[in-house]
Amino acid sequence: MRRKLAPYLLALPAWAWLAMFFVVPLAGMASLSLTSGNVITGFSQTFNIGNYLTAIDTYGEQIARSLFYGLSATLICIAIGYPAAYWIAFKGGRHKSTYLLLLLLPFFVSFVLRTISWKFTLSDNGIVLGTLKQIGVLPADFGVLNTAPAVILGLAYNFLPFMVLPIYAVLERMDHGVVEAAHDLYASRVQAFVRVVLPISLPGVFAGGLMTFIPTTADYVNASVLGGTGNTMIGSIIQTQYLVNNAYPIASAITFVLMGVLLLGIFSYARALGTERVMEVQAK
Amino acid sequence: MSVIVEGAVTGTPAPPRPRRRIDWGKLFTWTVLGWLFVPIVFMIAFSFNDISGRHNVTWQGFTVKWYGQAFDHADLTQALFHSLAIALLTMVIAGTIGSLLGLALGRHTFRGKGTTNLVMFAAICAPEVVLGAALLSLFLLMGVTTGFVAILLAHVMFTVSFVAITVRARVITLDPKLEEAARDLGAGPWTTFRLVTFPMLLPAIMAGGLLAFALSIDDYIITSFVAGEVTTFPLWIWGATRVGIPPQVNVMGTLIFAAGVLLAVINVILARRQASRGRP
Repeated sequence: MRRKLAPYLLALPAWAWLAMFFVVPLAGMASLSLTSGNVITGFSQTFNIGNYLTAIDTYGEQIARSLFYGLSATLICIAIGYPAAYWIAFKGGRHKSTYLLLLLLPFFVSFVLRTISWKFTLSDNGIVLGTLKQIGVLPADFGVLNTAPAVILGLAYNFLPFMVLPIYAVLERMDHGVVEAAHDLYASRVQAFVRVVLPISLPGVFAGGLMTFIPTTADYVNASVLGGTGNTMIGSIIQTQYLVNNAYPIASAITFVLMGVLLLGIFSYARALGTERVMEVQAK
Repeated sequence: MSVIVEGAVTGTPAPPRPRRRIDWGKLFTWTVLGWLFVPIVFMIAFSFNDISGRHNVTWQGFTVKWYGQAFDHADLTQALFHSLAIALLTMVIAGTIGSLLGLALGRHTFRGKGTTNLVMFAAICAPEVVLGAALLSLFLLMGVTTGFVAILLAHVMFTVSFVAITVRARVITLDPKLEEAARDLGAGPWTTFRLVTFPMLLPAIMAGGLLAFALSIDDYIITSFVAGEVTTFPLWIWGATRVGIPPQVNVMGTLIFAAGVLLAVINVILARRQASRGRP
């Protein structure tokens, strides 16, 4: 009897915590998103679907922009992260852990501080652009900040380890003998990569993609710091509506629209791979 | 060691003259690593910048005076203190209940296991802005005031799953024969756990706890939703961007970075020593 109860007792505190502060709040937000009213008169439950229509109608542009930025940053992370993960896993030798450490070290510095540091580094008359302008390489009105590429590169910068680590984990664990086998069977280097290494590493790319695409799409720190006013992302709208305008019904509706869009992606991933596998890759 | 497909991955053509081969993969990896360190180098350099006004953007001369005055901004120091306190408490609470959950998931089959996995997966994947907005919605509906406790509740919530999967991964690889051996030698369940299972899980529990600490101290987005009047280190920096970031922020960032480097180096040395001695 005691043995049967053991797992429930072990899991209970974490269950309670996740239920109270993750599952219930989502339900609360769902109910809030259907209310009407404002902060002065109070909110009442009216099952007001109109909040969702307003959300999509008013902020469709920001949602589309967020998806575009998130996707671009994810693709950049794959393009940069895959070769780096590959090289560390296959050619890192006994310094593998040192390379991984170097990859993670910058992330000891707070996310907000790193992003702001980029802003100062790239400011119009700062240490990089200012110097280049002085020696005449760049025109005086050249700027990087407050552009879409600045935001996308900032996102890629901040979330790169989430891409590299899962890919590295898969490549590191794979049997390197299979590549030799491919060569013994007269596969060229390209063939061996495309037909042997790449398929084995795909779960890592998927997991990395998930862990990069979701936070980059919903992020607004990079957009606010590096993007100025013309590149607002949806996360920023949600925060402003909640904390500045106190427009809770519309704010929670926007949040659910964002979640819905992202969930579509997650479910197709989870169905294709099985959640356990994606999470295992992440845990390594 | 196998020698394989390098050009294929980096997408660079093979060097035209094979006289002196450039290791493109190595060059690429080091370039990426260099890129990652750009803002860090900038941050450290500007902690030594001798500025007079509020704006720490252009280089005006070398000084170490900000290190002497690191704690001159009382509210910044207090924000850092809040961050450290919340991160430590998160490490302890999420480390404990997350490890217990990880043990249950790795060792037992039970009803609700699938749901637990799904909820954990969702909690890890859910964007921070959604977690923050949902918590704030709950607090609003219940009329709970936001602040220090709210931040702590939120931080434990979003880190506990990371601890659980870290510990679970270790539990799965444990050899059950060791526990059987302990039982055969007359140890009860509690003694077996204390003397055999727990010491073997300790590295994973520590890793999970440190991960929780790191995630907590770095968090901006969730915290900004539930912080109310309380400021943490990232929140203070965010608030200061409009009026100018004082060099003290660079100093604290540099010190935290240095502490992290030190920890990492110690970790590497210990791992090396253990590896050269052969695993126990």
